[in-house]
Amino acid sequence: MKINDFVIKFANVNGSGSASANSLFAKAVFRMGVPVAPKNIFPSNIQGLPTWFEVRVNGDGFLGRREGIDVMVAMNPQSWADDLASIVTGGYLLYDSTFIREIERDDIKTIGVPLTKLCNERFTVPRERQLFKNVAYVGALTALLDMDFEVVKGMVSEQFKGKEKLIEPNIDALELGRQYSLEHFDCPLDVRVQASDAVGDQILMEGNAAVGLGCVYAGATVAAWYPITPSTSVAEAFDMYCHKLRVDKETGKKKFAVIQAEDELAAIGMVIGANWNGARAFTATSGPGISLMSEFLGLAYFAEVPAVLVNIQRGGPSTGMPTRTQQSDITACAYASHGDTKHVLLFPSNPSEAFNFAMESFDLAERLQTPIILMSDLDLGMNEWTTSPLKIDESKDWDRGKVLDAEELNNVEKFGRYLDVDGDGIPYRTYPGTHPDKGAFFTRGTSHNEYAGYTEDGSVNVRVMERLLKKFNTAKTLVPKPVFGQLSQSSTMGLVYFGTTDIAIPETMNLLNSRGIQLDTMRIRAFPFCEDVVNFINDHEQVFLVEQNRDGQMRSLLISECEIDPAKIVPILNYDGFPITATCIADMVSKLLGKQMSGADAGNFAAE
Amino acid sequence: MSYIAKPKFHHPKLPRNDLGLTRRDYEGSMSTLCAGCGHDSVSAAIVEACFELNLPAHKVAKMSGIGCSSKTPTYFLSKSHGFNSVHGRMPSIATGANVANNELKYIGVSGDGDTASIGFGQFAHAVRRQVDMLYIVENNGTYGLTKGQFSATNDRESVGRKGQENAFECIDLAAMAIQLGASFVGRGFSGDKDQLVPMIKAAISHKGFAFIDVISPCVTFNNHVGSTKSFEFVRDNEHTVTATDYVPTKEEIKIEYETGTTIDVMLHDDSHVRLRKLDADYNPSDAAAAMQHIMRYQEQGEIATGLLYLNVNDTELKEKMNLVDAPLNALPFSQLRPGADALEKINNSLR
Ligand SMILES: Cc1ncc(C[n+]2csc(CCOP(=O)(O)OP(=O)(O)O)c2C)c(N)n1
Ligand code: SF4
Ligand SMILES: [Mg+2]
Repeated sequence: MKINDFVIKFANVNGSGSASANSLFAKAVFRMGVPVAPKNIFPSNIQGLPTWFEVRVNGDGFLGRREGIDVMVAMNPQSWADDLASIVTGGYLLYDSTFIREIERDDIKTIGVPLTKLCNERFTVPRERQLFKNVAYVGALTALLDMDFEVVKGMVSEQFKGKEKLIEPNIDALELGRQYSLEHFDCPLDVRVQASDAVGDQILMEGNAAVGLGCVYAGATVAAWYPITPSTSVAEAFDMYCHKLRVDKETGKKKFAVIQAEDELAAIGMVIGANWNGARAFTATSGPGISLMSEFLGLAYFAEVPAVLVNIQRGGPSTGMPTRTQQSDITACAYASHGDTKHVLLFPSNPSEAFNFAMESFDLAERLQTPIILMSDLDLGMNEWTTSPLKIDESKDWDRGKVLDAEELNNVEKFGRYLDVDGDGIPYRTYPGTHPDKGAFFTRGTSHNEYAGYTEDGSVNVRVMERLLKKFNTAKTLVPKPVFGQLSQSSTMGLVYFGTTDIAIPETMNLLNSRGIQLDTMRIRAFPFCEDVVNFINDHEQVFLVEQNRDGQMRSLLISECEIDPAKIVPILNYDGFPITATCIADMVSKLLGKQMSGADAGNFAAE
Repeated sequence: MSYIAKPKFHHPKLPRNDLGLTRRDYEGSMSTLCAGCGHDSVSAAIVEACFELNLPAHKVAKMSGIGCSSKTPTYFLSKSHGFNSVHGRMPSIATGANVANNELKYIGVSGDGDTASIGFGQFAHAVRRQVDMLYIVENNGTYGLTKGQFSATNDRESVGRKGQENAFECIDLAAMAIQLGASFVGRGFSGDKDQLVPMIKAAISHKGFAFIDVISPCVTFNNHVGSTKSFEFVRDNEHTVTATDYVPTKEEIKIEYETGTTIDVMLHDDSHVRLRKLDADYNPSDAAAAMQHIMRYQEQGEIATGLLYLNVNDTELKEKMNLVDAPLNALPFSQLRPGADALEKINNSLR
């Protein structure tokens, strides 16, 4: 019996209207108080190719991706064979029995619902017949998995509020599947959803929406962007929330500007121009866009202009796997642009943290006068996560950093844009138009002295570069600290990870503990690395570092930036484009430690 | 470059404008360009125009890309903030800055390499967005700073210093700007200050994207016989189609012109542009006709100069985007951050 602990996968044809029915299912489970992790596994295509929606349902909150499908809703003949193969022994296949299909496995249970036939009988418009098949299988699932039908019906009514005409046919479609299942099968199955309070006050939200909203709450007024998967919905969310929250009620005019730029170079240029002028501005992009922004990032670093860049990482290199996830832009972002250039990176792990980090990015960018790159990824960005509710501290003001106003300029004898007045490496800046006689300076990417004047004097340039390094060291004290877990005095080994790997960690630790392996954990949340990060590694004999890329990019960064012995950091890598699983991590660690592993998965992995 | 530093004291008899400032107050640091470079004359014309317009210098922002031309913002308006960005990307910096605060006057200076090659895309999009700014290209048909390669504005028939032929078609940036929807397009010559200064004044007063293509000879790499961007060639082949007079708001329009040959256009700040048509057939308010005319001159090996196109009826970027009146960079946090209540509503909608 699998109660509140299973993975269900929907195999559909892209563009067939399955998305809303599938998310209706996931949200209904969530509404029943059971934590869910829905994942879109979609092609880079608008119509016709296979697409999947996978939902992990887990009452213990183990919401990392898990291999092995307990219930497969196979609606796509193109991927039929693979879909069937992915079902676990004893699992279920739900399919459209209007059509005769060959089912070559006898170790699974099949549930044939004649969805096409039922819908063709009930609906007349071709598009409706197509769309309602999706709703009908959700109806079937409510009976098969013992879901609260009132919850599902309530959600349909909510969804079509204002378009009441659509409520009835949708509920009809649900009933079609539900009644058929009740009549023909022994409902419920031994895979079930049971109402729970495990969700608590959590919300279900996409990371990109959280980042967009975070930018609204940070007071960002300018967003410049160029469409690219999987970052597009960041700008779209910002725009959507701004339209709700930032339009002047009297005049209907906007307190925000969203500019769809001609390319990513222009997008980051606009962001730098706006920040230079004292408006909070950001852009969001992915892989190829990051490469294009390089030159400008170097300018912002060297000329010390704040900027916020959201990177929703996808599979690289080149155009790569645009609809799959990876953590493979770390080196490219940490050192984006030529010359000795380094950037501050933040690594959020869930939507709630992404919201906070988005807000924090602007404070850090203005405090440090440098680009801040928010390193999210497709998994976090484009999937809905069960995450803690968003919160702000209303008493907290924004930190605009060191900006001199007209009055302060009057008290300055000679303004020097790049003078290190406070000894923290952070100079003072002024906004254009502040003072008739004082505070003007020339922002340039050419080598400059403390007064922003052009210089070819090497020693002056060295001085400026050293100060920038000092500023980078100051950044270490300002960026989010790591999060530690399971710290025991006894363990000499550690597990280090960051970003979306976090969701797989509680289950990983569970698996490892059951195999008698104790590890201390550290989740890195920012680059440059603060002292705590270095200490943790130094305090352990060896650490495993989990990354979703091929080259161990975070490892290289740790080794080169903190002068850590490479032998100390053992890489655990996964970069097939799917979110890393607890089994994958636990098995690699187990193998490396020479311990016994879970029999089923033996030999099913490769240690890097 | 000239080695004589200008003394910074003010001669008591130097003329002062309405703000009590002298031309010196609008100058910048000493130029490091080659002696005789056309670009220095353009800087001088900008200084003169800003002085005559009584502009508070700190309310001007200077923008540029990379090149000899793009260095010039250091050589004028030292009391203005400046932004010397990267090669070809000044338009995006100017766009972002403009959206953040359009109460400043933006003067962008670029080169023909900076605009017609590496920055062609950004230029086109700044024009079509009607970014409220003056965009000057100091056009010398060559890459000055990288030592004299052909640029995309070099005419087909123009030969290089060592007699190299130019195989490729020339891009006429003024015609391009008209086509892309710039609302103010002019062409000047760095050697003709009388024409340039009023044109710059009108362009700065204009609301919307004002473009001036200034033929600005490179004395070091493109001033030889056979070059169509040399001082001599431009002087001999320049054909002024309209002469621009700029009439500030407070000045009454006194002089009478023969009707039919002058056009009087009121700008958004109530100042006037008075265009005297030197070519009777030229119509600076008809984009298609203006482009045709410019091309015809070009076919004849002549350069049409003057205010080539003017449209005061289009809106600029901020209006197009329907932004609030106050500059975005001046909105207080209290107006920008929705409260915790709004956030709680959002949380609830996600449960
Ligand atoms: C990305 C990049 N590529 C190349 C250069 C080298 N570069 C500097 S200036 C310049 C050409 C400048 O020509 P133009 O804009 O016509 O200015 P001019 O010097 O003629 O005034 C080039 C190619 C650069 N700075 N950046
Ligand atoms: S090289 Fe040409 S463009 Fe550059 S400063 Fe000298 S004359 Fe001017
Ligand atoms: Mg040039």
